[in-house]
Amino acid sequence: MADDVLALEAVTKSFAVGTPVEVEVLHGIDLTLARGEFVALIGPSGSGKSTLLNLIGLLDRPTAGRIALAGAETTRLDDRDLTRLRGRTIGFVFQYHHLISAFTAEENVMMPLLVDRGFPDATMRARARDLLERFHLGPWAEQGVASLSGGQQQRVAIARALAMDPALVLADEPTGNLDTRSSDVAFDLMREINRERGTTFLIVTHDPRLAARCDRIVEVVDGRLVSDRPNVATNGAL
Amino acid sequence: MRRWQPFEWIAALRFLLEGRMQSLFIVAGVTVGVGVIVFMSAILTGMTANMMKRILNSQAHIELVPADEIARPLRGGDAVLRLETVQRPTQRIRSIDQWQSIRDRLTREPEVTHVAATVSGSALAVRGSASRSVTVVAVEPETYFPIVDLPGALTEGHARLASDEVVIGTELAKELGVSIGDRLRLTSATGASVNQTITGLFDLGNRGVNLRNVYVALRTGQALLGLIGGATALEVTLTDVYAAEEVARAIQASTGVEADSWITTNAQFFTVMKTQFSTNTSIRVLVALSVAFGIASVLVVSVVQRSKEIGILRAMGAKRGQILRIFLIQGGVLGLVGSLFGSAMGIGSLTIFHALMRNADGSEFFPLVLDWSLPAWAAALATLTGVFAAAAPAVRAARLDPVVAIRG
Repeated sequence: MADDVLALEAVTKSFAVGTPVEVEVLHGIDLTLARGEFVALIGPSGSGKSTLLNLIGLLDRPTAGRIALAGAETTRLDDRDLTRLRGRTIGFVFQYHHLISAFTAEENVMMPLLVDRGFPDATMRARARDLLERFHLGPWAEQGVASLSGGQQQRVAIARALAMDPALVLADEPTGNLDTRSSDVAFDLMREINRERGTTFLIVTHDPRLAARCDRIVEVVDGRLVSDRPNVATNGAL
Repeated sequence: MRRWQPFEWIAALRFLLEGRMQSLFIVAGVTVGVGVIVFMSAILTGMTANMMKRILNSQAHIELVPADEIARPLRGGDAVLRLETVQRPTQRIRSIDQWQSIRDRLTREPEVTHVAATVSGSALAVRGSASRSVTVVAVEPETYFPIVDLPGALTEGHARLASDEVVIGTELAKELGVSIGDRLRLTSATGASVNQTITGLFDLGNRGVNLRNVYVALRTGQALLGLIGGATALEVTLTDVYAAEEVARAIQASTGVEADSWITTNAQFFTVMKTQFSTNTSIRVLVALSVAFGIASVLVVSVVQRSKEIGILRAMGAKRGQILRIFLIQGGVLGLVGSLFGSAMGIGSLTIFHALMRNADGSEFFPLVLDWSLPAWAAALATLTGVFAAAAPAVRAARLDPVVAIRG
C-alpha cells in the first residue's frame, strides 16, 4: 500500500548465546502501519517487544525478512544510509527521557536537525521554540534540562522526537516513569500531534489504560504476533 | 551555539564544559607537562647559546694550519726498506705554504664570511723581574677583528695595534702588575725580542685566554717569531657555524693544509650538549606520553558516562564519524588549552628563575632566550598529542551499539 509508513514481512531475529547456540526471539513477524495510525504494542516482559521496536527503529538488523520504511527497502542499506534514513523518518521517545544534559531544552529539541544539517541556524531554533511553546514549555526553553521536572523532561523528549517532522514516532514506555497526571499530559500531546499532522505512532506500553486509548492494539507473545485488532472504543470516538 | 560552529564542535565544547571538574584537572596536568617542557627547552637553548658565544668569542669557526711534518722512510732503488724505526720529527713553527693564494680562494667561497692570516707562537712576556710564558697572536686588525671581536672585549684602551703596540688580557696584566701605557718585553725562543707598549686590556670571558694570549700586529709577530712574510694559521668564519665540520673537511681535501673546525676542537662541549639534548628529548617524550595517557583516561571515563547520550545521538541520526570527531576534538582542545597555560607557566617560571639565579660574579646564569616558536610548537604538538590520545576512546564511542548504549 502506498500509504504504508512501515511494512514488516516475515521478520525474524536471532541472538547468538555462545556459538553455535542461537535463540530466535522473533518468529516471522508481519506488520504494516499506515499513515496516521496510533498503535499500541503490548505484551509481557521478555516477549520481544523491545527487539521488535529496535528493528523497526533501524537500530538493529533482522536475521531474516524485510523491513520497508516510508516506502524504502532497508535490508540492503549500509550503515550510513540506514543512519540517515533513521534520523529523517523516525523519532524516538524512551522510557527515560535521555535528554543530553549539556544542552538547554531548546537545544535538545534542535538536536536532530543539527545532527542532520551539521550547522545550527535560525530556522532550527524557531522550530524548536514552536514545539516547546506548543508543549507549554516556552518559559523553560533556555534552561538546562537537568533542572526540569520528570514530566517536563519527557515532554521535551517528545518535542525532540518531532523536530524532524518524522513519519513515524516510536515510543518505548514513554510514560512508564511518570505520575498519572504527567503521563496523561504527555499522552495527550502525542495524540494531538497524531491527529494534526498525521504522524504515525507506535507505542510500547504495559499500561492497559494507555493502550485502551490507542486506535489499534498489537500484541506480541513469545516472539509471535498473537493479536492485531482495532480498538473499537477510540475508533468510535473518532 | 554559533552559526559557524559545526555540530561536532558544539557538542565537544559542551561536553568539556559540563564535565568541568575532569576538564580542569586534566588541563592542569597538561599545563604542568607543557610548562616543564617549555621551561627546560628554553634553559637548554639559552645555556647552549651562552656556551657557544663564549667559545666563538675567542675562536674562528675553522682554523687552517700547516699539515704536520712527517718523516718518510728512505727507500733504495730495489725497494728494500733500509730504515727500521721512523722517528716522528719535531714540529717547528712553520708558515702555511702559499697562504696568500689559499686565503684568496677561501674568500671567494660563498659560505665563507671572513678569512684572516695570523702568526702565533710562544714567547715570554717580561716585565722587570717577572715573566710569564704567553702565546703571541699576530694579526691584521682589519681582517682579524671581524672574526674575534677584540675591540668589543676591551675593558680599557684601544686595539689599533701599531707595530710597537700590544693588547693583553686582564689576567696577565694582573699577574705582571702592568696597565695601559706600560712597556712590555716579548722574547721568543729564538732569542729575538721586541718592546711593546700596552694599549689595551681585554676580557674574552675565558680565564685561560685572558692569561695567555697577547695580540700584536702581524708584522711585529712575523719578525718576533722569525717568520717574515709567513702565516702560521688562516682563521675562517662561516655563514653557518654548524656546517664548520663539513666545510673544514672540504677545505682540507682541496688545499692539503690541516683544517680544524671549532666543533672538533671543542668536542667535549659538543658531547655534553648532545647528552643534554638527548636527555631533554627523552624527558619530552615521557612527559608527552603521560599527558597523552591522562587525556585518554579522562575521555575513556567520559565515553562510559555519556554512553546513553551517545546512543541517543546515534538513534537520532548521528553518524559514527560525527561521534568520533566529537571525542577527537575534545582531546585536541584539552591539549591546546593545557599547552597555552603551560607555555605561560613555563615562560613565567623561566623569567622568575632567570631573575633569581645568578652566577657567583653576579652575571646571568643563562641568557633569557624567549623564542616564540617554542610555545607555538608546544601548542601544536600538545594538540596533536591530545587528538592521538583521544583516538582510542573516540573509536570506542563511535562503535557503541545504540541499542546496548540506550538500554545501558
